[in-house]
Amino acid sequence: MAEATAEYRVIGTRPIRPDGADKVTGRAIYGADMRLTGMLYGKVLRSPHAHARIKSIDTSKAKALPGVRAVITARDFPPAVDRIANLGEMAVNVKYLSHNVLAYDKALYKGHAIAAVAATSPHIAEEALSLIEVEYDVLPPVLHVLEAMKEEAPLLHEDMTTTDLGQKTDRRSNVVTHFRFTQGDVAQGFRNAEVVIEREFNTGTVHQGYIEPHNATALWNEDGHLYIWTSTQGAFVVQRQVAEILGISVSQVSVTPCEIGGGFGGKISVYLEPVVAVLSRKAGRPVKIIMSRIEEFEATGPTPASHIKVKMGARKDGHIVAAEASLMYEAGAFPGSPVTAGGMCIFGPYAIPNMQVDGYDVVVNKPKTAAYRAPGATNAAFASETVIDELAEKLGLDPLEIRRINGAKEGDRQVHGPAFPRIGYIETVHAALEHEHYHTPLEGPNRGRGVASGFWFNVGFQSTVVINVNSDGTVSLVEGSTDIGGTRASIAMQAAETLGIPYEDVRPSVVGTDGVGYTDVTGGSRTTFATGYAAYEAARDVIRQMKERLAQRWNTEMEKEFEGQAEPEIARVTVDDVEYGDGLFRCAKARDKTMTFKDMAAQMARMGGPITGRATSQPRGVGGAFATHVVDVEVDPDTGKVTILRYTAVQDAGRAIHPSYVEGQIQGGVVQGIGWALNEEFCYRDDGSMTNASFLDYRMPTTLDLPMIDTVIVEVPNPGHPYGVRGVGEVPIVPPPAAVANAIYRATGKRMTELPMSPGQVLSRMLEK
Amino acid sequence: MAKRVMVTTHINGEETTFLCEPRQSLLEVLREDLGLTGTKEGCSNGNCGACSVQIDGVLVDSCLVLAVETEGKKVTTIEGLASPAKLHPLQQKFLEHAALQCGICTPGFIVAAKALLEKKPRPSEHEVRYWLAGNLCRCTGYDKIVRAVLDAAQTMEVKA
Repeated sequence: MAEATAEYRVIGTRPIRPDGADKVTGRAIYGADMRLTGMLYGKVLRSPHAHARIKSIDTSKAKALPGVRAVITARDFPPAVDRIANLGEMAVNVKYLSHNVLAYDKALYKGHAIAAVAATSPHIAEEALSLIEVEYDVLPPVLHVLEAMKEEAPLLHEDMTTTDLGQKTDRRSNVVTHFRFTQGDVAQGFRNAEVVIEREFNTGTVHQGYIEPHNATALWNEDGHLYIWTSTQGAFVVQRQVAEILGISVSQVSVTPCEIGGGFGGKISVYLEPVVAVLSRKAGRPVKIIMSRIEEFEATGPTPASHIKVKMGARKDGHIVAAEASLMYEAGAFPGSPVTAGGMCIFGPYAIPNMQVDGYDVVVNKPKTAAYRAPGATNAAFASETVIDELAEKLGLDPLEIRRINGAKEGDRQVHGPAFPRIGYIETVHAALEHEHYHTPLEGPNRGRGVASGFWFNVGFQSTVVINVNSDGTVSLVEGSTDIGGTRASIAMQAAETLGIPYEDVRPSVVGTDGVGYTDVTGGSRTTFATGYAAYEAARDVIRQMKERLAQRWNTEMEKEFEGQAEPEIARVTVDDVEYGDGLFRCAKARDKTMTFKDMAAQMARMGGPITGRATSQPRGVGGAFATHVVDVEVDPDTGKVTILRYTAVQDAGRAIHPSYVEGQIQGGVVQGIGWALNEEFCYRDDGSMTNASFLDYRMPTTLDLPMIDTVIVEVPNPGHPYGVRGVGEVPIVPPPAAVANAIYRATGKRMTELPMSPGQVLSRMLEK
Repeated sequence: MAKRVMVTTHINGEETTFLCEPRQSLLEVLREDLGLTGTKEGCSNGNCGACSVQIDGVLVDSCLVLAVETEGKKVTTIEGLASPAKLHPLQQKFLEHAALQCGICTPGFIVAAKALLEKKPRPSEHEVRYWLAGNLCRCTGYDKIVRAVLDAAQTMEVKA
């Protein structure tokens, strides 16, 4: 399977991942597998109401139950500070973060944590929850973004005022912020347009749906040091949040990231970690909590429902001259939906001279939203990519052709300001246009083919990598990036390539906050890009040190050999005279002087001692990711059920370090997007309770719902990375809902404007006259 | 606390006796009392398949089985598949095909696929998809999982 390219020995091959055997045998330790001596089990009491004032909490009966060792409420946390903390992928107000972990004076969604218990068994802890008495003053909930924006809507946070276009107002409202991005003159642009399409869209709340529930284990030692083991996308970000909420220093908190069973953005915010910490301090023993699947749905961070308006205008030659959007996203119970990112991405693939995007972040009585794979962009692309499809139809253009005509290139300005560096969007359109799938006629009734594109900007942030050279010529690589999808392999491969040694000779390990320098979350498609960049630099540091030592040795040897000669300069060997390639160091001044990497490693002890390469990275040259997808569907005319017949996803990876895992990211993203398109949504009763909080009723795609997902990896190297990496994880979820909607249109003649396009929804559209 | 019951069963070929409360699921006893944490908990209500095990060869979700029901039965978990220094062909093919990303669903998928191949050594793609529809994976989109199972079937047949 593994084949080297002409350019690289290791990059582009498909080796087995270093943690593979542990994961297929069940030996890998995930967060829920933690077991400490004397460990207690915790459970969380949650609000049965979507909106209620907490009048009183009486925990005395629960405390008295045999086996119960600690009971806590928000009063056991220090008073929350109203201050913004930067948490890597997002900035969060510490007060809101704390009050989301344990409700302070109001319950703001059904499932909001009210109190927690630690007991000698999970069953006793559960019994104890039923003995906690809470008095609520139930308030009317507000459950939809448009309802929440109305002036007369019940307020979630009575003291919250709207920030409008950067200005703090005194308007009390559920609208947290309103922002606007503008390029050119959108009104003038529409006056020049010959065809204009304007549509409104609604999308439901969806969940990341990782299979491993949130978990956390803590031991608050008698010496004041707090140890946490958890499944997280970023140990340092957990450390930071826990320290902020508990009012202690980050140096008092050690976080060990266990193996993680999926995250997709949902395992960045803390939910359980501060709770198990305080339970442990009270009980004097380690405490573990694992969420149930119901808690996952009702009380973690789904991605927002949204209402989006899009208007686009084009000339008859197919050039889009104006585009306008208004995005209203539900933040959930506390501020901070990914509406800004949605606004940045909605017109991302296109060079449009006049653009305007308005965004609104709105609180509602639903769980606080979190990141979900290209957060905000999928909702946005569903709207814009459907409107572009309709524009193409009105103009009599092939839907890929309109994308080719208007596709963004290097130097084109994005709606929020920056010009694109070298990007590979057009290349994805060309690859889709040329693909055999696009040229194969789709025959049969009730069938249609749709296309859509997507953009996600990707991020860089901060990473640290240390490479320790072993005496047998192998290296151990220490990194702080949680491995969710094979990044141990993609990081080790970049180190092996740079070191000029085999992939198998690099042993990577992911360590916690005590073991490596600061490293941001595995998120934003950044790990193979930014941690890979640090691995490249750390490897170069190793080679540089080896060269220095060889220069010194060879210089001494040459001085002896040339002793007494007229021109001593000829004999002087400096680090610049030491060359390295294919595992061999050579002296430019004496061809007989060579040493292999392995020999160098074996002789370290006699040549200056251990060698450790280290590097930190905060790369600025982030390369945006683009994808173009083609899908064939069949719609059952009797039930409205949509079947995916064939799917081809084209994506610019910059450079595919491990192509199998790049394909895997694309396939996984596509299938999450298909689930979002066809089935997935949180269904709510009027009282704000969820009717489908299980994997039976929240219907994620299964094997049987899908065909194989064909992938085409386009490689337009990112000039901001030594190997051209862009980051591939997120953008593949962006096009699927729009691509499927456009295919349903071709099959039925009906435009879809609501997600999910469930059978009932599709059928009712088909039955409309 | 409920009274504990003694249960004698065979787990991965070894006679195993344990004490459990009647309300404890097999999943809970495997993970919390017997230290067999390779069997994963994803939903605890039979919808995700992460806790798949075989009881007397039959594929079940161990979260839906009470531990006391395994009295006198043979239980196979993911820990029982590999031989010393050698992975089961399904495990090997999952690695070669990169059929796992986070890996939390992987033990369940491999146990479920093993049960399928025992019933049907050369399944079609559709049969693999039908059988594995009880196991949820959120990372891979299933493409590489289905390919790994089909490839393992071929390898195992050649060997047999």
